[in-house]
Amino acid sequence: MRPFEYSRAGNVSEAGALAGRFIAGGTNLLDLMKLEVETPEKLVDITRLPLREIEETVDGGLRIGALVTNSDLAAEPRIRRDYEVLSRALLAGASGQLRNKATTGGNLLQRTRCSYFYETSQPCNKREPGSGCGAIGGFNRIHAILGTSEKCIATHPSDMAVAMRLLDAVVETLKADGSSREIPVGEFYRLPGETPQIESVLDQGELITAVRLPKPLQGEHRYRKVRDRASYAFALVSVAAVVRMDGGRIAEARLAFGGLAHMPWRDAAVEAALIGQAPSMALFDKAADILLAEAKGQGENDFKIPLARRTLKAVLADATKGA
Amino acid sequence: MKLKINGTEHELDVDTRTSLLDACRDHLGLTGSKKGCDHGQCGACTMLVNGRRINSCLTLAVMHEGDEITTIEGLGDPGNLHPMQEAFLHHDGFQCGYCTPGQIVSAVGMLGEVSDGWPSHATADVKDGASLSQGEIRERMSGNLCRCSAYPNIVDAIETASAKMKETA
Ligand SMILES: Cc1cc2nc3c(=O)[nH]c(=O)nc-3n(C[C@H](O)[C@H](O)[C@H](O)COP(=O)(O)OP(=O)(O)OC[C@H]3O[C@@H](n4cnc5c(N)ncnc54)[C@H](O)[C@@H]3O)c2cc1C
Ligand code: SF4
Ligand code: FES
Ligand code: FES
Repeated sequence: MRPFEYSRAGNVSEAGALAGRFIAGGTNLLDLMKLEVETPEKLVDITRLPLREIEETVDGGLRIGALVTNSDLAAEPRIRRDYEVLSRALLAGASGQLRNKATTGGNLLQRTRCSYFYETSQPCNKREPGSGCGAIGGFNRIHAILGTSEKCIATHPSDMAVAMRLLDAVVETLKADGSSREIPVGEFYRLPGETPQIESVLDQGELITAVRLPKPLQGEHRYRKVRDRASYAFALVSVAAVVRMDGGRIAEARLAFGGLAHMPWRDAAVEAALIGQAPSMALFDKAADILLAEAKGQGENDFKIPLARRTLKAVLADATKGA
Repeated sequence: MKLKINGTEHELDVDTRTSLLDACRDHLGLTGSKKGCDHGQCGACTMLVNGRRINSCLTLAVMHEGDEITTIEGLGDPGNLHPMQEAFLHHDGFQCGYCTPGQIVSAVGMLGEVSDGWPSHATADVKDGASLSQGEIRERMSGNLCRCSAYPNIVDAIETASAKMKETA
């Protein structure tokens, strides 16, 4: 690990001005610093900031402080009752030890698990812009099938972010200059395009202070994660769903996907195709056709295309079976 | 800086890069916690920080001033074993023993989470708390790997210790 200067932020407004890399749970950043994939010269420890509350908002939602741990969030009674899809997604991620450290803000900003990104002797446009992409034509079993570019085919590995995308969560931030803004999760991430090293719309020194959930969604909540072992592995494909039925027809459907792209994936056309329809395998196939119309395998990850279809169909069948 | 480990304050002078694990092992002679992967993947380094289990390899010592840290040495010693340590002995919950301190500390932390009503991925209805089935133990302990695959005995040991700890609580 490269040497770095360490400081501890004493209050929220000074954190950005300390002009260093924020460290929260450290479970992703330190992992990458040990490998010298990340080499910050200055670390700003934000763990003592008062951002650990979960509070109700005026419009019937919840505001989750950026430092609320993944464990505390998954176990919070209001999350379990009203946002089950989020609790489920969190519990499907990492391990008990890691969730006790991992924070809401840090989880959103965790970086890809692409093995070329992790291996500094290999080319990677995300780690070293312009060096090429080792995964294209290489080992790419875990890589993206939607929204890729010729520069990068990495996926975003978070489970939590998939549920946050489905719930239309909003990220609240404080910039180094003291101004604040609100960014819907749907506008928070970027596709790799020409600049895969830029993953979110955050500016340098911009602190996530909270993530806000709108009021709860009625209906059946599901989070289905397909992975190489039963626990403690990243998603190959994951599907988050909230489906509300009315009189034998789908009244509302929200879907978000993990393991498919550089960001949690959501497709309004897929949801629209389901609304007002009676559930059937033919309908779910049509939804999968829309989702995967532009899907492109890279060789080793070709299996993700049928796997995404089957997982989506299984989740929809399960969420509508009571109807 | 100061670290409070197993109830004792230690004064130490460490590089900012020192992990909590290395601070204990290399600076304070507390070598019970093991280093398996140094990347959060195996659980051999598990410690309790303010009662919650974490991977001590993925956190910096300097971030833990003022925290209450418990290592395997703090749970019990040969003359006075913790019920979890006793149960691992009784059930042969190990072969080489390398993962064992991490397994035991993690299991103690895990039982605390269960008694606080935390759900897991194996919990049928997350709105309810969970009872401690073998399936729940396996899921909740998935952050602790065992190269010798002593898993069946580890699960049995945790069940026994859990029952015993409930009796005496
Ligand atoms: C073995 C292993 C298995 C895992 N499995 C899974 C899995 O199955 N599913 C899954 O979703 N995740 C998994 N993870 C990843 C884990 O969820 C993340 O490491 C964790 O959520 C990151 O949170 P943190 O608080 O530790 O972030 P840190 O490591 O502290 O920070 C991560 C990044 O976020 C930035 N940051 C942190 N907080 C803020 C803030 N408030 N404002 C602005 N920037 C901030 C940091 O500067 C850094 O760039 C796994 C990790 C490991 C090591
Ligand atoms: S897929 Fe992206 S992260 Fe992986 S090697 Fe290519 S550029 Fe790097
Ligand atoms: S040594 Fe810490 S998890 Fe493996
Ligand atoms: S007993 Fe050998 S690694 Fe678990």
